[in-house]
Amino acid sequence: MGSQKRIAKELAELTSSPPEGIMVELADEANLFEWKVYMEGPEGSPYENGEFLVKLSLPTGYPFKPPTVSFATKIYHPNITNDEKGSMCLGMLRADEWKPSSKLSAVLEFARQLLAEPMPDDAVEGRIAEQYKNDKKRYEEIAREWTHKHATPA
Amino acid sequence: MFPTLPPPPTPRAFLSDVPLRFITPPSTRKRKAAEAAIADDTLPLLKSATKAAHTRNATSTSLSDTPSDKDEKKKEKEKENTKQQDKLDIEHLTGFVSSSSSSVGQSQCPKKRGIATPATTTASMDSDDDFMSDMSSDDFLGTQGSDDESIGEDFGDLDTGFSDDKELISHQRQPFEVEFKVLDPPEIEREQLAQINNVAAILGLPPESAAILLRFRRWVQQERLIEEYISREDEMLEEAGLGTKCQGVAKTEVVNDFMCEICCEDGPDLETYAMRCGHRFCVDCYRHYLSGKIKEEGEAARIECPGDNCHRIVDSRSLDLLVTDDLKDRYRELLTRTYVDDKENLRWCPAPECQYAIDCSVKQRDLFRIVPTVVCACKHDFCFGCSLKDHQPTPCLLVKRWLQKCEDDSETANWISANTKECPRCQSTIEKNGGCNHMTCRKCKHEFCWMCMGLWSEHGTSWYNCSRYEEKSGSDARTAQQKSRASLDRYLHYYNRYANHEQSAKLDKDLYLKTEKKMTSLQSQSGLSWIEVQFLDTASQVLQQCRQTLKWTYAFAFYLERNNLTEIFEDNQKDLELAVESLSEMFEKPVPELAELKVDILDKTAYCNKRRVILLSDTAENLSKSKLIH
Repeated sequence: MGSQKRIAKELAELTSSPPEGIMVELADEANLFEWKVYMEGPEGSPYENGEFLVKLSLPTGYPFKPPTVSFATKIYHPNITNDEKGSMCLGMLRADEWKPSSKLSAVLEFARQLLAEPMPDDAVEGRIAEQYKNDKKRYEEIAREWTHKHATPA
Repeated sequence: MFPTLPPPPTPRAFLSDVPLRFITPPSTRKRKAAEAAIADDTLPLLKSATKAAHTRNATSTSLSDTPSDKDEKKKEKEKENTKQQDKLDIEHLTGFVSSSSSSVGQSQCPKKRGIATPATTTASMDSDDDFMSDMSSDDFLGTQGSDDESIGEDFGDLDTGFSDDKELISHQRQPFEVEFKVLDPPEIEREQLAQINNVAAILGLPPESAAILLRFRRWVQQERLIEEYISREDEMLEEAGLGTKCQGVAKTEVVNDFMCEICCEDGPDLETYAMRCGHRFCVDCYRHYLSGKIKEEGEAARIECPGDNCHRIVDSRSLDLLVTDDLKDRYRELLTRTYVDDKENLRWCPAPECQYAIDCSVKQRDLFRIVPTVVCACKHDFCFGCSLKDHQPTPCLLVKRWLQKCEDDSETANWISANTKECPRCQSTIEKNGGCNHMTCRKCKHEFCWMCMGLWSEHGTSWYNCSRYEEKSGSDARTAQQKSRASLDRYLHYYNRYANHEQSAKLDKDLYLKTEKKMTSLQSQSGLSWIEVQFLDTASQVLQQCRQTLKWTYAFAFYLERNNLTEIFEDNQKDLELAVESLSEMFEKPVPELAELKVDILDKTAYCNKRRVILLSDTAENLSKSKLIH
């Protein structure tokens, strides 16, 4: 079936009219299944002015199977693992929630939205979530610091 | 107080059991014959009874495979006249028959309902319901009965000539037995279908929508579902994933200017499909999506429309239209599985590879006073409440606690008992692995003497040589110690007996595997017929069953409060245990002696069985009245 066709179409759409703060390209021109996404930190969030490299991997079963999203740039965020994987846990990316007609643009927009508004109740980093809820100021401080340190283009 | 023992056996009682041999399917004949043998307590009666049985048999039809055709012909005429009388007498005696046959094999024949002939149904209505407890009556299922078709099929292998006899062998339900019914997958499907059609007819919905509603509400009672539907139709349809628009027929279409959102194909001849929500995709994608859900995710009852953010459930008609046959089978299987999982009155038989489910009305909340043992058509006997192997007479809750306790305790308890003491202050278990008697507890730093358990500081100058046995702190500590030891000993007392019976049952089972060989060799050595050596098979089965029961009585006793009822319980337990041990001993005798022991073994087998029934009945009665508080 034409997963190639679908992916090519989505890529074309995302390149010609990208959502705000998002830029995509193939990691390797010959491989449609690995994408590089450059995501700007949303305005007003502690990630503002940062540019984050996000890896988007499509499984061979795409679009019947969900893609995976991970942050290659280190980021201080309750919903993104604080390790070299930088995995992001999105409800819509769970196998039983994912619909084949869901769009990658929606996934990326959702991911960016999550930077603006973390969801501490579905956190993968409990400690950061705790801090986000109880000591938001400190959380923002560290997040800003990390953004400056890891996500600011030279 | 023991319930009164059943009346003494008579040839007539035997009569009622024997004909079964000739009317049950071959696979169960052996078993039936064995039961017949138990029903008869005394050998002297055996011969006359067998004869009578043959003659009786002849009155109904001419079965040529009976061993003694001559007998039949001889007595055929006289028997014809007394047949009616027999029937009444036997009915009178069914109480006895049941007590001996009930526990051996209650339900080898799940499909014998519907063989009643009009002449006898009125006479033995009560017992009809209970006969072989898995064939409960239709009204037991309440609204779910949809077996009308199956009755017809069941006639097939049965000789209707005997059907009136069959009614008479029914047994009265014992206090420890519950009503249940074995369902095979087609029956389960029919049950679902009947409910779906019923709801569909009442609510004026297409059946596939009614099915989604029922599954959505996890097969609650229809009245409740209908009530809810009437009061909040739109919300309910929405929540169940049905949407409110109900129109159109399920069919695939070719649509102009269409591009599938999933694969982005847009050929002019693309077959497409959409459910009532209007989300249209090409048939290939739809199919691929559904097969992924069914095959890989094992989903069936709640597959949503492939459309983004659409929660409409894919109904069975859409599914039938789109997927291949093998997937349909899998789909139905999954639906049936969810159906059984959702219904409180249904449970799968846990035996490996077994396809049957049990229908039983015992509720979870009643499990503290009922032990609902059921027997599947595959012969596996298990508890309907917890799916574990039959654990009469111990209620599920205690079984769970006991097993947990054994898992935690038993391996180590013995060793602890032998090698350790508890710290007199914090009760930590301490092993003294050398050194002097001056102990300092690692945990609470309490210092005490290992010999007298008293405070070390009180030892004064007699350090390292304890002679202060009578000091107060020491004797208090020892009392506490004794208490904790006593509770450990008590546990070990029950555990050891529990474990012993478990072990013996395993050995008996090995023995059982050799029984058939024994039977063959006994046959050749003694000149007895195959039917006549069945008593060994029966004895072996009864042994295992009684051991199973005994094993659990010990777990049960561990949790019992001590009162006069526990004494009765323990008396019953002791009686059964004695009987079982002596039967076990006889059973292990070498083959040549077995023929001589036949009468004794028959007697003992029947006795064991009786004791078991008494113990279980007594316990079940007290349990149901919540008299055995623990």
